[in-house]
Amino acid sequence: MLRAEHFAHAADVGVRGIGPTREAAFEQAALALSAVVTDVAGVAALEPVEIDCDAPRGELLLVDWLNRLIYEMAVRHMIFGRFAVTIAGTRLHAVAWGERIDRERHAPAVEPKGATLTALKLEQRPDGDWLAQCVIDV
Amino acid sequence: MDTSLLARVSETEWHLAQAGDMRVPAVIFGDGELLAEMDDKVLEQIRNVACLPGIVEAAYAMPDAHWGYGFPIGGVAAFDAAAGGVVSAGGVGFDISCGVRVLLTGIGRGELEPLKLRLADSLYRDIPAGVGSTGKIALDAAAMDAMLRGGARWAVGEGYGRAADLERIEEQGAAAGAEPDAVSAQAKTRQHDEMGTLGSGNHYLEVQEIVDIAEPAIAAAFGLRRGELVVSIHCGSRGLGHQIGTEFLREMAIAAPGFGIVLPDLELACAPIDSELGRRYLGAMRAAINCALANRQIITHLTRRVFAHFFEAASLDLLFDVSHNTCKEEWHEPGGKRRRLFVHRKGATRAFAAGHAELPPAFAATGQPVFIGGSMGTASAIMVGASVRPERAFASACHGAGRRMSRHQALRHWHGRQVVDELAGRGIIVKSPSSRGVAEEAPGAYKDIASVVEAAHAAGLARKVATLAPVICIKG
Repeated sequence: MLRAEHFAHAADVGVRGIGPTREAAFEQAALALSAVVTDVAGVAALEPVEIDCDAPRGELLLVDWLNRLIYEMAVRHMIFGRFAVTIAGTRLHAVAWGERIDRERHAPAVEPKGATLTALKLEQRPDGDWLAQCVIDV
Repeated sequence: MDTSLLARVSETEWHLAQAGDMRVPAVIFGDGELLAEMDDKVLEQIRNVACLPGIVEAAYAMPDAHWGYGFPIGGVAAFDAAAGGVVSAGGVGFDISCGVRVLLTGIGRGELEPLKLRLADSLYRDIPAGVGSTGKIALDAAAMDAMLRGGARWAVGEGYGRAADLERIEEQGAAAGAEPDAVSAQAKTRQHDEMGTLGSGNHYLEVQEIVDIAEPAIAAAFGLRRGELVVSIHCGSRGLGHQIGTEFLREMAIAAPGFGIVLPDLELACAPIDSELGRRYLGAMRAAINCALANRQIITHLTRRVFAHFFEAASLDLLFDVSHNTCKEEWHEPGGKRRRLFVHRKGATRAFAAGHAELPPAFAATGQPVFIGGSMGTASAIMVGASVRPERAFASACHGAGRRMSRHQALRHWHGRQVVDELAGRGIIVKSPSSRGVAEEAPGAYKDIASVVEAAHAAGLARKVATLAPVICIKG
């Protein structure tokens, strides 16, 4: 099952991705991150951006992945709507597709500052699906 | 919050005794209602802070405390380098030196009324706010480093504001010890076009009316007169600070075991103050403080330009500028012994009392102004550092109302248009590029600021001076 969702945090927003593989869970978590900013249904997957990360632990790889997306969103003024992630050992390679943010059309709600280590979780659930989550400071 | 584990030592002070891995007790300020409303996570987090190496006296939570990252928002803790103390990227947070400054307009509410709509439109047009907004100042590498060293002093030197402003900013406008070389290329890139921008979320520029004065002598010394308007600017170090927080949090989390530090929560990532990593973080964090001070200085300049168009005589003098998310090296006397400490304030305000050696001359006799930000539909407050002995919580006070509802919950309760219309009905103009952002920041999503202010006053953290009501709100 693929699921991208938010969970409550007192001041900020938790993002959670669920999927049949670790990669799918990372992709869904990224979709949940974009949904913090805007309705992802309105994001055109026009321009690809390649992202590479390396971290000693799976949870930190998730945080690095989300933080790289936040960085690319900030410096390129883009919003992403589609992701393809591959993970090999400690390394992640991904392509994120999106478009330049349009303040009229996307009506961005809030700017993510960083992915935190709070409520950080990367685990395979009893049903076999993977869950990837953390809180985003906004 | 379950208060059964706490000892209530006064109407507004609760103690958690030192136990287990805690090196010091924890102290939470607030009345019974505020504590009942606080998340249990605040207690868990402040207890974890009390476990960190080199912590001095106690770990403190302010009356507006809520669930944060590692530290609760509203958390205060001081560390002694000589006792193996740490500096924590998690204890400062992502929005380094996020803070508030207040400008005095001398304009009466009645004078504003016929011009209110046009002033709101002009402020909204000229102050970049919201996701994707960019400033008009692009810094090359040399200018970026000069800004990171010089903070508001750099900005004044570039023509943004006046030399007199610097006397009314913490550290006279520039944190010493900033190390631009400790700031990554990514952090500088992220800041490239964000100078002079408000950002989003709970950041704002508000025109507010002084509606009540609690301490007339202090209010007069601050230049606050009932019925007049002030401008409050709430923002921080923008992308540069966010990136520094991100990078050092990761590095400290990975490095902590190598220092023999057991982290009760990964988000408390820290390093010994006397380590290469600790020193490098302090250098980068101080550069981010300067970035925030420069940013608020530039926005001040833009605000003055807009006001000058409508009110030629209004000089918009700076009352003061305070930072909320910092680690500062300060002298304190815990247990009567004078020590140089590294005081972390995460969503808390420094609140030096009258006579403090590090106060600017303008506030030597009064104590420093402390600004407590409300939501866009509710009051804000100006307080003053309280002269109580011994000083409370390393001379710290609260910083805002604190959320009582998550963004998620707020979206289920309100629509942006509805919030804007309701506030318009009360004479408050809200300008924002994001309807959803307005709904997430709806006044009802925040706690009652009056009870936070009363608790801070009663606990001796700061004293009430004035109450401000919003008139125009520019939201990011």
